[in-house]
Amino acid sequence: MRKLIFFTFLGIGILKAQVYFPENSGVKIVPNTYNAFTNATIHLEPGNVIKNGTLLEKNGVIVDVGTDIKLPKNTIVHDKSGKHIYPSFIELFSDFSIKKPTKKNRYGRSEQFNPDRSGYYWNDHILSEYKSITDYSYDKKIASKMRGYGFGIINSHRFNGIHRGSGVLIALNDKQNNNKRIISDNSTEHFSFKKSVTSNQSYPSSIMGAMALIRQFYYDSKWYSNNDNQTKDLSIEAFIKNKNIPKIFDSGFDKLNTIRIVKLINELNIDFTIVASGKEFENINELNKDKIKLILPLNLPKAFDVSDPLLTKKISLKDMRFWSQAPSNPYHVSRSKIPFAFTSSMVSSSKEFFKNLRKVISYGLDRDIALKALTTVPAEILGQQNIIGKLKKKFLANFLVTNGELFENGTIISENWVQGQPHIILNDNIKDIDGNYELIINDFKYKLQIKNSKKKITAEIKKDSTTYPVKSNYENEWLNLTILDKKNNKYSQLSCKIDSNRLQGKGIDFEGKIVYWSTKKLKDNPKKRKIDNENYYNPVPVTYPNKAYGNLSIPKQKNTIFKNATVWTNESEGIIENTDVLVINGKIASVGKNIPYPKNTFVIDATNKHLTSGIIDEHSHIAASSINEGGQNSSAEVSIGDVIDPDDINIFRNLSGGVTTIQILHGSANPIGGKSAIINLKWGESIENMKFKDADPFIKFALGENVKQSNWESYSRFPQTRMGVEQVFTDYFQRAKEYGDKWVKYNEIPLRKKLKAKPPRYDLEMETIWEILKGERFVTCHSYVQSEINMMMKVAEKFDFKINTFTHILEGYKVADKMKKHGAGGSTFSDWWSYKFEVKDAIPHNGSIMHDSGVLVAFNSDDPEMSRRLNQEAAKAVKYGGVSEEEAWKFVTLNPAKLLHIENSVGSIKVNKNADLVLWSSHPMSIYSRAEKTMIQGAIYYSSDKINKMLETNKKERSLLISQMLDVASKGNKTETPVIITKKEFHCETLDY
Amino acid sequence: MIKKIFTLTSLLLFNMSFSQQTPGDEQTNKILINNCFVHIGNGEIIEDGAVGFSEGKITYVGKSISNDSINEKFNVINARGKHLYPGFIAVNSTLGLVEIDAVRASRDQDEIGDFLPHIRSLVAYNAESKIIESVRPNGVLIAQVTPRGGVISGKSSIMQMDAWNWEDAVIKSDEGIHLNWPSPYSIDYRNRKLTKNKNYLKSVKLIDNFFSESKVSIKQSPLNIPYESMKKIFDGSQTLYLHANYEKQIVDGVSFLKSKKIKNIVLIHGEESENQIDFLKKHEIPVVISKPHRLPLSEDQDLNYPYKLAKTLVDGGLLVSIDLAGSMERIHTRNLPFFAGTFSAFGLEKEEALKLITYNAAKILKIDKNYGSIVKGKSATLILSDGDALDMRSNNISHAYIDGRKISLETHQTKLWNRYQNKYKKQ
Repeated sequence: MRKLIFFTFLGIGILKAQVYFPENSGVKIVPNTYNAFTNATIHLEPGNVIKNGTLLEKNGVIVDVGTDIKLPKNTIVHDKSGKHIYPSFIELFSDFSIKKPTKKNRYGRSEQFNPDRSGYYWNDHILSEYKSITDYSYDKKIASKMRGYGFGIINSHRFNGIHRGSGVLIALNDKQNNNKRIISDNSTEHFSFKKSVTSNQSYPSSIMGAMALIRQFYYDSKWYSNNDNQTKDLSIEAFIKNKNIPKIFDSGFDKLNTIRIVKLINELNIDFTIVASGKEFENINELNKDKIKLILPLNLPKAFDVSDPLLTKKISLKDMRFWSQAPSNPYHVSRSKIPFAFTSSMVSSSKEFFKNLRKVISYGLDRDIALKALTTVPAEILGQQNIIGKLKKKFLANFLVTNGELFENGTIISENWVQGQPHIILNDNIKDIDGNYELIINDFKYKLQIKNSKKKITAEIKKDSTTYPVKSNYENEWLNLTILDKKNNKYSQLSCKIDSNRLQGKGIDFEGKIVYWSTKKLKDNPKKRKIDNENYYNPVPVTYPNKAYGNLSIPKQKNTIFKNATVWTNESEGIIENTDVLVINGKIASVGKNIPYPKNTFVIDATNKHLTSGIIDEHSHIAASSINEGGQNSSAEVSIGDVIDPDDINIFRNLSGGVTTIQILHGSANPIGGKSAIINLKWGESIENMKFKDADPFIKFALGENVKQSNWESYSRFPQTRMGVEQVFTDYFQRAKEYGDKWVKYNEIPLRKKLKAKPPRYDLEMETIWEILKGERFVTCHSYVQSEINMMMKVAEKFDFKINTFTHILEGYKVADKMKKHGAGGSTFSDWWSYKFEVKDAIPHNGSIMHDSGVLVAFNSDDPEMSRRLNQEAAKAVKYGGVSEEEAWKFVTLNPAKLLHIENSVGSIKVNKNADLVLWSSHPMSIYSRAEKTMIQGAIYYSSDKINKMLETNKKERSLLISQMLDVASKGNKTETPVIITKKEFHCETLDY
Repeated sequence: MIKKIFTLTSLLLFNMSFSQQTPGDEQTNKILINNCFVHIGNGEIIEDGAVGFSEGKITYVGKSISNDSINEKFNVINARGKHLYPGFIAVNSTLGLVEIDAVRASRDQDEIGDFLPHIRSLVAYNAESKIIESVRPNGVLIAQVTPRGGVISGKSSIMQMDAWNWEDAVIKSDEGIHLNWPSPYSIDYRNRKLTKNKNYLKSVKLIDNFFSESKVSIKQSPLNIPYESMKKIFDGSQTLYLHANYEKQIVDGVSFLKSKKIKNIVLIHGEESENQIDFLKKHEIPVVISKPHRLPLSEDQDLNYPYKLAKTLVDGGLLVSIDLAGSMERIHTRNLPFFAGTFSAFGLEKEEALKLITYNAAKILKIDKNYGSIVKGKSATLILSDGDALDMRSNNISHAYIDGRKISLETHQTKLWNRYQNKYKKQ
């Protein structure tokens, strides 16, 4: 703050009110003077520079700019020779001058289902009608700080809610009032995945819920605008009214959220500008270049404090790498041609701001693009490109005066003019008098040293070996020095007006006599140029995914033959020895003895080894950012497909256990859960490439203790008993049926008449449940005790559909005959029980009884640990209950494939099926067996023999990064105490918040 | 085979109304298990061996005996091709203290308070737990029953798994005290963040005070029961179990206990013991490592670290056993042999892996005089499996004995199995 000295220029700093405002304090002055800034290097816009230019301003607007400009008579001329003039910066993402929202208190443990307000949308986290201007109060302190960064305009909004309402565009003009400062009170609309703190309404409790809510709100607004509504919804009306203003979506600086926003852009065709994560370099190809604009954070991770080796060991390679790679992110984004602006919102000082700007430039970012990211791009995002962001006729006179090229080391912004009003950051007019002098008083010679005269002056006086303490003061062009002689308890005072190169003047000596003094300047010590101490280090390479065990490139399909293996076909051939399996183009091409194979086929000797199809886990919660949307008793509108986390290390761990396909299920916090996702564990691939192609859609249902909330002391949500659970389902199915009928009726209207007919309201939740009734979506139902299993089948039968799979189904053995009759499969645990009351009768023979009764049985994990040894769990079907080994193996391969309706492409070793194969060191169900190679569609994603090399590479990379961080610390830079963030482990019951 | 046994026993119609199997009778006749692989438990194996026992004690261990030379008084079990093991021992378990995890009323493992050396697990031990009976058919016959929580959780006792009540069950009562060393890191579970624990030294100081007070406190009125309960730690007649995972905890904890002249120290969990092998060896500290069925501590760690740890420590010359604590620990006790099997799959020789849950466990718990290996004069606590008992593929226990008493291998679960199998058979 010290360096930010402000004062008013005489003559042009007088507050001038609007022309139509009455004036009672004197005679009215109407501003009509011109200001001209001459002889400067003017950067009109990035990439367009003129030398010896002139900028002519009047009333806050640029009248003209160029090299040959006639100055009107009433012009004040400011000579800016040697200076550079830049358009000032624009910040898009800030809550500058907006009052922070007050957090609403929460009482008790029960959830709140209804909104606090009425007249608005049903969900309190949709605050589209909110206008940030209502909580606006100009904050001079922050404004001056932001001007120090170079900003002249800030687009500000309140950080609260999923739809956060509209923003306000403010000029950082301290000299005039809000009439001038506020450029727009409705500049932008803002969105996020975070709920508001001003309401405790529990929905949505997850990111997937937030996504569904945004979609539903969008569809509701369409429907609302097409209908003559009996009721008012001010939120929707505001959203409709703001249709054409720019929209900014905050990802929370999260990489996966960024992808989710891109998904919404494509689906809803809304032109969101995304506040991105700074990790775009990891998955730049997944961002749709044609449609998106980004706001990149300009904060960069600090090097870690690595002085404690035990703690350092806990820092993940991923976090270390981010320090190394983050500075090159803007460069990578610029290379992909995605337009982007910078935000300073996570930066804490102007020093850091410019240091980081210089850093990203030294890591490859073009200077002009950097300048664009601060000027023209944000102006375009705001739709204000015709008045801000450039130095051009009719644009606002918002500009910076610097002593050199903006991004050069040592360049200082001395003035920041906003709407033609000067704001001085560093007073150039203060004369620098630093140096060593010979001071002569009464023929006595002293040595005088002056330091830091432009900021906070200090001085020191020496004679021989005696040092005299000096109190110094330097302002308004006067220098005053008070010299203390402590030994004799005397003082001397000297003063002078600085107007020439010599310091000399009048004063009193130690004896109190008036004296004249003079100085002779001694040779300057060579000035140390201040440089940024942090060096450039080559960024370490990015891997897929960008963390430990990532690959430098994504594994590719390779034609491969496994020779001489014991092959578990899962087909009528059974388990056949000394057999070859040939893989061509990702498919199984042939199975047999000594089969011929084309040249260039990769040959794997599988002698004494076993080859099986990949393990399929029907019930998994890995690879997701959230699992439960528990905010309501039905959440059919949410989808796990929206929240897949392709970087979860558990994907790789599962591959090491031979797992190739999983179904990621919604949790069991509510009776009707969300839509599930079926993915291939293609480690390193994008989310979309992991999704199982053309798989049937599924949804998770749940019964019993979890949906009754028995184990988390919440007593307000219906249902609290198994009796209520039945009615939840009956109610939703009935409503979905009626919903469907309405649409069928509407769709039957002939085209000619359709234009006049009003379509029914589109409801994502009802759509999903209607799909179930139509047989287009299939149910996996979390269930434990026989009564509820029976109930669920009866409810389904009443509505004429089938429960595809009962998952957990630990009392399936008690109703196996009924399940068989209904046609439901069972996906169960091998030996879990007794962890809650409803599993007290769970038995490890459950699988075998159901199997013997003709039910299709799978073993699943619901657990990231067990999932990587499902092969051993299959053996438990043999141990407990005596299922044959061949059939037991199908419990983790072919049977889950059938339950997921993907048995036509996976689940067995059969010609033309996907080459999802696992090579085992020995009998696949033995505890002594290990997966050696795991292949998905012909590409090998896991090789046990490569692990040691990977660990070695990681170790080397860590030690390189640690040595760089030590280097950074040794140069006196600040480092960050390690905070190790680990990923949450999800089970059925895991809640997001 | 096993199916047949169960069908047979179900025909005998054991009293269905009892949840717990009736404890076996005292051994009256002499038994000889002949022609089997005898896994001694100490690393040795006798192929084609035999074991005889009477009155609960092992009387013969050696080569198999031909039919003609067998003493008539022996009941002979011809176990050709089968495998005989000492009963498996579960260390640091909570069997019998909790029945159903989610039901608070059934949880008796964690008393409130920080320093509770006077708390004794055995009095809460439910000898009739349905979970206890479910671990026996897989070979687990002995468990150290340990309280959880606090800084000093309390005292553990060694129990055998076939008893009418806790007094019947106890093999060794109040044999050790469990100290949970404070973590040098603080973990914010909500945000999954780990940072330095600023209160670490403060927590250590509290332990120091408690030990110092206990050491000097004397038996006089008023008697300080907690301090008094620590006395046998100092004289070495009880073991101090140090629960610690991180390197810093291990070094600080052991050094502290050594400075307090604690004689018998056992390290429990020891996630990062790999980096302190020499230190642990120097101080002769056995390590009871966490079960291998867990995930690596961090995403960077070797995928198979939890599986490989036993091999690394055994190779380093440490005495190693397996700790059962963790999620769903009681129900997973029946997978104890497979934990050993996993350690074998990742490097340990099979008989070495077996030692972890037999000989080594008994030695660590100081019950090796009677249990943990098949040696003449020791207790006849044995299991007979159709195949390799460390592999779920072949773990099929046909006979089990505790102190010579033949125990039932039926459970609440096998009863339900039989009941519903019969239901469907009739359809």
